[in-house]
Amino acid sequence: MSTEKSRVAAEFIKGLWKENPVFVALLGMCPALAVTNSAINGLAMGLATTFVLVCSSILVSLLRKVIPKQVRITTYIVIIATFVTVIDFVLEAFLPDIHKELGAFIALIVVNCLILGRQEAFASKNNIGMSIIDAAGMSAGFTFALVSIGIIREVLGNGSIFAVDLFGKSFEPWIIMILPPGGFFSLGFLLLFFNWMTERNKQKRSKTA
Amino acid sequence: MSKEEKMIEEGAEKEPSSFRLIFTLGFAGFMSGLILVGVFLFTKPIIENNKAEALKKAIFKVLPGTTTFKTLALDNNGKLAEYNPSPESKKGEEPERIFFGMNDNGEFTGVAIHGGEPGFQDIIGVLFGYDAVGKMVIGYEVLQCKETPGLGDKIFKDEAFVMNFTQLAVEPEIVPVKKGEKQNPNEVEAITGATISSKAVVRLLNKNLTKWKTAIEAYLNENQISTPAKDE
Amino acid sequence: MNELIWIFISALLVNNFTLSMFLGLCPFLGVSAQLQTAFRLGLANIFVMVITALASYALNTWVLIHAPYLRLISFIIVIASAVQFVEMAIKKLSPELFKALGIFLPLITTNCAILGLALFSTNKGYGFLEGLIYAIGAGLGVTLALVLLAGVREETRILQIPRLVRGAALNLIIAGIISLAFMGFAGLFG
Repeated sequence: MSTEKSRVAAEFIKGLWKENPVFVALLGMCPALAVTNSAINGLAMGLATTFVLVCSSILVSLLRKVIPKQVRITTYIVIIATFVTVIDFVLEAFLPDIHKELGAFIALIVVNCLILGRQEAFASKNNIGMSIIDAAGMSAGFTFALVSIGIIREVLGNGSIFAVDLFGKSFEPWIIMILPPGGFFSLGFLLLFFNWMTERNKQKRSKTA
Repeated sequence: MSKEEKMIEEGAEKEPSSFRLIFTLGFAGFMSGLILVGVFLFTKPIIENNKAEALKKAIFKVLPGTTTFKTLALDNNGKLAEYNPSPESKKGEEPERIFFGMNDNGEFTGVAIHGGEPGFQDIIGVLFGYDAVGKMVIGYEVLQCKETPGLGDKIFKDEAFVMNFTQLAVEPEIVPVKKGEKQNPNEVEAITGATISSKAVVRLLNKNLTKWKTAIEAYLNENQISTPAKDE
Repeated sequence: MNELIWIFISALLVNNFTLSMFLGLCPFLGVSAQLQTAFRLGLANIFVMVITALASYALNTWVLIHAPYLRLISFIIVIASAVQFVEMAIKKLSPELFKALGIFLPLITTNCAILGLALFSTNKGYGFLEGLIYAIGAGLGVTLALVLLAGVREETRILQIPRLVRGAALNLIIAGIISLAFMGFAGLFG
C-alpha cells in the first residue's frame, strides 16, 4: 500500500519538477513563450492545457485496449482536437476577455507536443488512475512553468503581478520583457537556472558519496 | 524511425482487419462530431450574444447619447439599406456594415464605422463615430491593436490622443500634426514616439470616410434625417 | 497589390512566425545545429505551408461554412495527410535528405507553425491569393529564422563557452537577440 502511495506521489512530482515539460523536456514551448506576457495569461493557458491533457488521458487510457496500433495516433489526435475545440467554445462563451487575449493559441493547444507525447508514452500503457496522476502532474508542471515565466515578464515588463501594480508610478517598465525577445530571454535564463540547480545537486551527491 | 519499424513488425504478427481500422476511426470521428455539435449548439447563442453586446457597447461609446441603432449595408444598387442577415448568408460573404445610432427620441446621433489599417506591428482595428451632418468625428474606440506596449498602444491609452477624436472636423481631410501644433479643427496631434501608429489611425479615418461619405449623404437626404438640435 | 506586399512583408519579417509569434519552436531549436539541415527543413516547411494554404482555403470555402465546429479536426487531418505526402516524396527522391531530417518531418504535422498558418489566415479572412502569399511569406520567414540561428550556432561551436550555458539556454538567448534585431523591421510600412 505504501509503495503504491509513493508511486502515485512520484508520478505526480516527476511532472512538476524532475521531468518538467517546459524546463527539462523542452516541450510545448510555443505557448510557453507566446502567451506569457502576463501571469494571468500564463495561468489561463496552463489551465486550458490541463483540461485537455487530463480529459484526453482519461479517454485514451480507457480505450487503450480497443484502439488498433496502426490508427492510434490519428485517433489520439481526433480525441485531443475534440477537447480543444470544446474548451475553445467554452472560453469564448464564458470568458470572452481571456479568449480574446489568447486568441488562436487556444486552438494551437492541439499541436502542443506535450499532450500527444503523454498519450503515446503513458496513457496508452497505463490504467486510468495512473494516467490521471501523470496527466495532472505534467499539467501542474506546465502551468507552473507558464506562470513563472509570466510573472517574470510581467514584473519586469509592466511593473505588476497578476495585474496588481507593484512599484507605483516611478517604475520605468522594461518593456522589452513583454515583447517577443523578452520571452526568449526569460526562458533562456530560467533554463540556465535549472541547469545550474541540477549541476549543483549532482556535485553535492557525489561529495557525500 | 526505429519506432516505425517496430510498429510494422508488430503489425505483421497479427494484422487487424481493415474493417476494424476504418471502423475505429469512423467511430472516433462520429463520437467527436456528436460532442462538438452538442457543445457548439450550447455555446453558440452565448457567444453571439457576447459579440452583439460588445458591439453595442462600442457603438454607444463612439456615438454619445445613442440608445438604439440600425445596421446598414450597401445593397445591389450601391445604396445604403437596412441589413438583416438572412440565415442563408454565408460567413465571409457578409457585406461590410455601418451602424446608424439614434437617441431616445429617435433622433439621429451619428454613424459608427469600422475600419482596419496596417500600423506599426499589425492591423489596427478602429470603430469611430461620425456625425454626418456636422461633418465631424465624434468618438473613437480601438477594437484591435497589437502595437508596442508603452508607445503604440497610446492610441487608446493616451487620454490626450483620444481627446483628438471627440470633435474633429473631417473636411477637407484629417491631417496629423506634431504634438502641440494643432491649429485647425481638422488636425490630430500625433503621439511623440509613436508617429507611425498615429498616422495609421488618421489614414484609417480618411480612407473609411471617403469610402462611405457619399452613400451616407444620399441616405440622409433620402430619409430627411438631421441631428438633434444641440443646446450649446 | 499594395496589400499583398504588406501581407508578405508582415509574415516574412515584422510578424515573423518564429521570432515574433513563437510558432514552430521545436524544429527551430532542434534542427538548427547545422546550416544545411536547417535550410532543408525550411524548404520542407515552405512546401507544406503552401499545401496547407491551398487545403485550408478549400476547406474554408466548401466545408467549414456549414460546420465551423469541425475546423480544428479537419485542418489537422488534412495537414497531416499533406505532410505524409511530402514525406513519401522526399523518401523516394532524396533518401539522404530524408535521413538528415529524421524524425522532424513527421513532426511538422504537430508543428504549430503549420496549424497556426491555417488558423491565422482564416481568422484574418484571407482569400485565395492573400492566403497563398501569406503562406509563402511565413514559410520564407521560418526558413530565414532557422538559417540565421543555425549560422550563429555553427559559429558558437568553436567558441569557449561554459558547459552549463551550452544547449537550449544558449540557443534561446541567441534567438532572443535575433528576435530583438527583427523588431527593427516593425513600421516598415507606416
